[in-house]
Amino acid sequence: MIAALLVMIGISLLLGAVLGFSAIKFKVEGNPLVEKIDAVLPQTQCGQCGFPGCKPYAEAIAKGEADINLCPPGGEGGIRKLADLLGVDFKPFGEGTAPKGKMVAVIDENICIGCTLCLQACPVDAISGAAKQMHTIIASECTGCELCVAPCPVDCISMQSIDEDITTWKWRYPVHPIQAAA
Amino acid sequence: MRTLHKFHGGVHPPTHKTESTRTPIVKAAMPSRLVIPLHQHVGNRAIPTVQVGERVLKGQIIGRPEGRLSSAVHASTSGTVAAIDMQVVAHFSGMPDLCITIIPDGKDEWIAHGGVDYKQTPHTELRHILRQAGVVGLGGAVFPSDMKSYSNRHEIKTLVLNGAECEPYITCDDMLMRERATDIVRGAEVLRELLYAEEVLIGIEDNKPEAIAAIRQAIVNDGHAHMEVIAVPTLYPGGGAKQLIRVLTGIEVAAGVRSTEMGVQCFNVATAYCVWRAITHGEPLLSRIVTVTGNVADARNFEVLLGTPVEELVAQAGSKPDTDRHIMGGPMMGVDLPSGSVGVTKATNCIIEGSPALFPPPAPALPCIRCTRCAEVCPADLQPQELYWFAKAKDFGKTQEYSLFDCIECGACAYVCPSHIPLVQYYRYAKSEIWARERDAQGAETARDRHEYRVFRIEREKQEKAERLAQKEKAAMAAKPASAPAPAPSAPAAITPADFDDTLQFRIDTAVARAKEQAAQAHPENTGTLAPQQQAEVAEIEARRAKIREMAADAGADDEPPKQS
Repeated sequence: MIAALLVMIGISLLLGAVLGFSAIKFKVEGNPLVEKIDAVLPQTQCGQCGFPGCKPYAEAIAKGEADINLCPPGGEGGIRKLADLLGVDFKPFGEGTAPKGKMVAVIDENICIGCTLCLQACPVDAISGAAKQMHTIIASECTGCELCVAPCPVDCISMQSIDEDITTWKWRYPVHPIQAAA
Repeated sequence: MRTLHKFHGGVHPPTHKTESTRTPIVKAAMPSRLVIPLHQHVGNRAIPTVQVGERVLKGQIIGRPEGRLSSAVHASTSGTVAAIDMQVVAHFSGMPDLCITIIPDGKDEWIAHGGVDYKQTPHTELRHILRQAGVVGLGGAVFPSDMKSYSNRHEIKTLVLNGAECEPYITCDDMLMRERATDIVRGAEVLRELLYAEEVLIGIEDNKPEAIAAIRQAIVNDGHAHMEVIAVPTLYPGGGAKQLIRVLTGIEVAAGVRSTEMGVQCFNVATAYCVWRAITHGEPLLSRIVTVTGNVADARNFEVLLGTPVEELVAQAGSKPDTDRHIMGGPMMGVDLPSGSVGVTKATNCIIEGSPALFPPPAPALPCIRCTRCAEVCPADLQPQELYWFAKAKDFGKTQEYSLFDCIECGACAYVCPSHIPLVQYYRYAKSEIWARERDAQGAETARDRHEYRVFRIEREKQEKAERLAQKEKAAMAAKPASAPAPAPSAPAAITPADFDDTLQFRIDTAVARAKEQAAQAHPENTGTLAPQQQAEVAEIEARRAKIREMAADAGADDEPPKQS
């Protein structure tokens, strides 16, 4: 009787120790779900979702505070991916949040006064320039978030859509007539 | 006798090769203009080096290579640069790309040029010559040849020279081998030296006995050791690099592996010819052999200056009036040209004139019955019916699991499909969709990195500023004790900072109160003594003024620019 009790107590202590050890040793820093959601988001850092950047939006989704259909740059494909990831139903975009095509900001360099306000607004440091020097968008790094447009005091920044060219052209989904079975 | 191996699958479409091999290669007439695209090769587009209106000589570089993977583009004849602009090019998309238009002056005047002795020249220089001469793979892939003639990382045992030319209708390599065999084998010898390869295997399909004989004769004449011509069975797509390597050496190049890792490099026979011309004669790649066949009166091979508009070329072969399209390449893998005005490029091996009689419109597709005939003929040993299934469902992850990227788009599956499903279109769609997604994912990754770095940078700047301030304060504190022992003697009483603030605030308050009082007292009293009629008039004017002010305020609000969000 006592031997059995001792064995049971011994086993439970041992298992408890193993569990306690692994809880410390294999502790997961941060919320892995946030990382997964963040990986799906397009990283434009545009704030159109109402959160200051993609990571905060990912955190809000993970906490259940935000809907999954608030990210226009991600497109419907993005919503689908989020729905898959979180095991919830697909939700179409709300009114006024329809996705736009890819854009890039362009500075009219004749008008730019070199005030650096857009430099401070750019979330990905994609504008080069200095005080009283002309500013230029580094087009390859621009995410098209439009955050630089509003701060410009002389309205010299415009958004231009990126059209498909021969290098980014994609094959269309094949559409061909299907014969009805006789 | 060498034992040949087999690749999986393959089909036997009607070859239609005899039509265009009856007559020798002729030089195409000088065209009225040349439209030379700057992106005729794999890699970066060449950068234009000429101006509109400039006179250029034959062989002059008009586009310099940009970056490591790129190639030069030359003026195919002497003349004047008429335009540097976006023009429709030979591409599936039918989209425009940057082209240089040259109006020939008819003199065909060469730039100063000369060759080198390849045995006395360092290999780096030979590769540089190839790059500057714009030599690229002429089998269709147009990969810069200088990049392929390295053997630094892997030891190359075998150089495979591809003269299989398996696609129906095309005979340009056949005719080149018949007529210019000597230069081809000499070029192959140069490539062998560059690669330090032990042997050269020249694979030619057994439906080209004249070409096989000509190359064999050239090898005997020159006394090339380590070179062997091998007749391979005629079977489409036996001219695919992986398929030919498999047949000749028995080596199966695995998915995602380059043949060089297995000790084999592969060049087209026409590329070997151009290598020889470029190195020993200093002639850049200015022209190529193009088969013009299909719905023409006189199918044959032409030596065509690069940039010659297709419509001017096909007219010389007597294109028939019921021609409704030009196909560049063969009927299995070719591209329907968007217009007859596109220029011949380094990749143009064949122009087939199409007519409704010759190429009737495809029968309507029926549902897939999963008969797996496509799997039986697939030379890459894939499961085309599964790939089709997943591509159709846009399940791109699954298509990659089924090795979509091993598909060489040869079209054998669609050729045998009893349901006439355009299978290759689905694979191309899936491939380009996957590439686009990878581009987007990479862009997102860069944006994330840059954003995270920016957040880190702002935090760091804040900290540095705080540290600087702290240090300044410290320095000020350290300096204070030195000046403290000398108090101002005239100071009446010690005013503590709190007192000072109070007095200051008090003074401000009193000043404001005084100003208000004065304003109240300065009320104009000049209307008190007026007659009632005058007072009424004043009231009326005041009312009108108020109204105008209101209107102005409204208009001002409208004028304000709408805020962009």
